[in-house]
Amino acid sequence: MFDNLSDKLQSAFQILKGHGKITEINVAESLKEVRRALVDADVSFKVAKEFTQKVKDKALGEKVLTSLQPSQLMVKIVRDEMALLMGGEAVELNIKDNPSIILISGLQGSGKTTFSGKLASYLKRKKSKRPLLVACDVYRPAAVQQLRVLGEQIGVEVFHQEDSKDPVAIAIAAVEHAKKNGFNTVIVDTAGRLAVDKEMMDEISRIHKAVVPSETLFVVDSMTGQDAVNTAKAFNEVLNYDGVILTKLDGDTRGGAALTIRSVVNKPIKFVGTGEKMDALDIFYPSRMADRILGMGDVVSLVERAQEQFNEEEARKVQKKIAQNKFGFDDFLNQIQQIKKMGNMKDLMGMIPGMGKALKGVDIDDNSFKPIEAMIHSMTPYERENPGVISGSRRKRIAMGSGTSVPEVNRLLKQFEDMNKVMKTMQGGGGRALSQAMKRR
Amino acid sequence: MGFFSRFRSKEDNANLDKGLSKTKESFFGKLARAVAGKSTIDVDVLDNLEEVLISSDVGTKATIRIIEQIESRVSKDKYLGTEELQSILREEIAKSMGESKSELYGFDLLNKKTPFVILVVGVNGVGKTTSIGKLASRFKAEGKKVVLGAADTFRAAAIDQLRIWSDRAQVEIVAKEMGSDPSSVAYDTLKLALEKEADVVLIDTAGRLHNKVNLMNELAKIRRVLQKLMPDAPHEVLLVLDASTGQNAVEQARQFTQATEVTGLVLTKLDGTAKGGVVIGISSEFGIPVRFIGVGEGINDLQVFDKNDFVNSFFEA
Ligand SMILES: Nc1nc2c(ncn2[C@@H]2O[C@H](COP(=O)(O)OP(=O)(O)OP(=O)(O)O)[C@@H](O)[C@H]2O)c(=O)[nH]1
Ligand SMILES: [Mg+2]
Repeated sequence: MFDNLSDKLQSAFQILKGHGKITEINVAESLKEVRRALVDADVSFKVAKEFTQKVKDKALGEKVLTSLQPSQLMVKIVRDEMALLMGGEAVELNIKDNPSIILISGLQGSGKTTFSGKLASYLKRKKSKRPLLVACDVYRPAAVQQLRVLGEQIGVEVFHQEDSKDPVAIAIAAVEHAKKNGFNTVIVDTAGRLAVDKEMMDEISRIHKAVVPSETLFVVDSMTGQDAVNTAKAFNEVLNYDGVILTKLDGDTRGGAALTIRSVVNKPIKFVGTGEKMDALDIFYPSRMADRILGMGDVVSLVERAQEQFNEEEARKVQKKIAQNKFGFDDFLNQIQQIKKMGNMKDLMGMIPGMGKALKGVDIDDNSFKPIEAMIHSMTPYERENPGVISGSRRKRIAMGSGTSVPEVNRLLKQFEDMNKVMKTMQGGGGRALSQAMKRR
Repeated sequence: MGFFSRFRSKEDNANLDKGLSKTKESFFGKLARAVAGKSTIDVDVLDNLEEVLISSDVGTKATIRIIEQIESRVSKDKYLGTEELQSILREEIAKSMGESKSELYGFDLLNKKTPFVILVVGVNGVGKTTSIGKLASRFKAEGKKVVLGAADTFRAAAIDQLRIWSDRAQVEIVAKEMGSDPSSVAYDTLKLALEKEADVVLIDTAGRLHNKVNLMNELAKIRRVLQKLMPDAPHEVLLVLDASTGQNAVEQARQFTQATEVTGLVLTKLDGTAKGGVVIGISSEFGIPVRFIGVGEGINDLQVFDKNDFVNSFFEA
């Protein structure tokens, strides 16, 4: 994929070494890189332009500390500004009414039905609610059936009227049903529709007026490109929705649509979807999203997902070690064991920048760890703790001992180094030295 | 009569225009406005062109390439009017889109192999199942005997969905219960198609994100299993792309191609405001042609993609 922004800026600022300040001239080139990185990440052309202007104003005159490369400072400014823009106060779902109606809207294929199921499951498990799911997609073949299957999986009742073709009437009847039968939240799943489809937009507007939702959500695919502007605006004009749901973030998209949408409609992103399973729902972390858009990977998410699966104690140790630059091959081996237990390591590895590429075409199953494990087992304990010392002759020995080859050992060491580098940058918000320097200032 | 002659009929061209009209409008409407009244191509025009291309999801790489081409032409020829600019653009875009590798240009060239096996793949929600329904109906209308295979055994009600499409298109379907092995469904589908001497097999697969190695390997397995019955199957692997998808579509194309040798693209949802410009870069980078476009949710809302018609329809104001 693309090189990440900090690499690009590094070269843009190459000529500037020694300059003590970010000036109009030296900022121009780097801003071009920022803009291109944003557009490559699917941020809207216009939004990217406005955003870089904002960053420029912030960056001008900013003192560059001696301990800091101008490019690092620039990355930090960009990242912080982006996180700020997407963040703001966390806004909870408004589910105080009884019953609270939640209306789900979005384009075809954006993930509304799956999200509806996840939300119901979340409200039931985490908020002790008694939700009712409502099947208002009377158009797509088997859409109702899809929701019914999900409802069964999570143990939530699904209201449906197979013989009705009127989503407005179904929604109204569902609310009645909820009131009579003590459901305190009603999640109305609707058919996917295009913003330019007047008839269908009118229909959802009528549903909206009929059930008066306390929460209207706009579900959008995180892979969306430049069209995010049009769609987010058009749905907002009709529904004035309360929040945005970003789906399919378990993919490797940069997700620039998040920045676009926030900029054009200024509505909070309330949840993100991270998988097809009913519990793959997460809250939105602006700074992680910023890192992701800038191509710096979602290593924090990676660590957290690992944390969920591993025991917490272990995970804390790992995080600490990464922070202290002490993450060695023994820890790596340990991780491999854990990952093997989790069974979905490919998904996780895909989240590490550069790793997806490295894994491309590699058939990973438990056996594919064997050579790696063999190589690590052939290292001395000292080497495992200090991978830096593994010289040419040591590499030869390790290759011999593990029945592999020197290139394979080289590859492992390189990958390990890359991984370590990335993890470190992520942990301290652009590196510990950087964040501390910023504090001192 | 082959499909192509029908495609070129007035009515069908009007349909294509309908689907592409929004694309056309913003792509070249803006451009026309930008160069209107100007005698030379200046920086403003190029900036505007850049915006138009980027806003259509063409991506920075392809956009820069196209603009550089135009710049170099300008430096040689000095003067460039709207007409010339448009024809250069048309050339550049058409040139960069891949040439067809497979025999599936339309629906009339299929009779060489029976059955002609088409595997349909893509990420979640792009329109795989719907496109299969539409394709089945078109093949059927051509007098072909079609069998569908419900190899999405994962997503809730995916099998019911395909079953409804098989009813609509009035073609046969092979399905097992949810959770069964997708490759065994594919195998049974082809087996039945061979027995019944069907002309076309369309296999639906579960939506999968391309970075999930496990799921991608499953596609390779489906391919292997099909080849047990027919060594050259599948004859076509269609990757379905959603027109609203941005640059991630490039990675989708890369990964799916690696996992299962994609031979053609289907670009769906062109009836919306999304432009689908990313296929230009994909087509040129991977040499995979776009075969069909989806322009609605109805059974007839599928068009055979024609590179020249596609590019031309940008220009016809
Ligand atoms: N407007 C429009 N909608 C489409 C088009 N093609 C498909 N859709 C809609 O997009 C949604 C998803 O389509 P599906 O065919 O279920 O997509 P899929 O790729 O099979 O989805 P999964 O199997 O869940 O991964 C449905 O609501 C379809 O009606 C198109 O060309 N235009
Ligand atoms: Mg499907």
